Amino acid sequence: MRPTPDPFTEALLARADDALVLGHRLSEWCGHAPTPEEDLALANLALDQIGLARALYAEVGAGSGRTEDELAYFRTDRDFRNCLLVEQPNGDFAHTIVRQFLYTAYADPFWRAAVGSADPALAAIAAKAELESAYHLRHASEWLIRLGDGTAESHARAQAALDALWPCTAELFEPEPKARLPDPVPLRAAWSATVDRVLARATLARPADGWAQTGGRRGRHTEAFGKMLAEMQSLARAHPGAVW
Amino acid sequence: MTEAAVPLWEVFLRARTGLAHQHVGSIHAADAELALQAARDTYTRRGEGLSIWVVPSAAITASDPGDRGPLFAPGTTKPYRHPTFYTVPDDVGHM
Repeated sequence: MRPTPDPFTEALLARADDALVLGHRLSEWCGHAPTPEEDLALANLALDQIGLARALYAEVGAGSGRTEDELAYFRTDRDFRNCLLVEQPNGDFAHTIVRQFLYTAYADPFWRAAVGSADPALAAIAAKAELESAYHLRHASEWLIRLGDGTAESHARAQAALDALWPCTAELFEPEPKARLPDPVPLRAAWSATVDRVLARATLARPADGWAQTGGRRGRHTEAFGKMLAEMQSLARAHPGAVW
Repeated sequence: MTEAAVPLWEVFLRARTGLAHQHVGSIHAADAELALQAARDTYTRRGEGLSIWVVPSAAITASDPGDRGPLFAPGTTKPYRHPTFYTVPDDVGHM
């Protein structure tokens, strides 16, 4: 159907898909967040992610002859390379914050490492993404501390979300064919230190590493992802080529 | 979300180095750190600021609108409080 992309383009696509899918999930909060302030905050995070996805899709497109819209709206779930963590449904606010925290604790050191990439376009994208991810991590960490160390109910909800999402975290550090991108494997130590530091302040228990749910990077996604994609892609597929 | 659990904060932004912080609005937040984040997300989305202050609204003591006469009206009839009231002799030069 299309030429097999090189490992660098494949790895970029995985980062772009992470950003788009997480951005879309966060955008689902628009108009539904607990307060107007948090509604704006989550929309800001969503737009940061979608902006990052666009920059990365432009790079992927340059390497594979596809447009941003083709990549975002005209691929099926099996073609997406995002990790399973970012596609998990929003659930309650604690669930969204835990997902955001576990992902950005990985994305922040990843983009900081990518700033030194030998690829100038990627280094430029990383320089912007790194500043955004640093704020995303601060935002999610502060909320998680307050949910965990808040009321009995907020603590229980945060712990339940942590336990539910934990099996999706191992996938972040899977070795992957890479070139000119940071290797995710050594990022695990930084991620783990951030997780321990914030969970301690949040009085939450770190779940044990047991069975890990993986497959997203190879196109095997969860059921909820197909529904999310159908909604996200419906407008572009109903009106192909439509512009604002 | 009740007022007691989520207090109101006044937000002040400094747009550029050298300018004073200006009041831009208010937000609700549970504590100072979340207030800073909410202020950042609400009032600096278009690159407006270099520095944010958040102040608990309860910490502000305001003048009573009923005191407007005694507090402010006398100031309007005292032109000698403006520097332009005084003529500077020509031989002083630039002050």
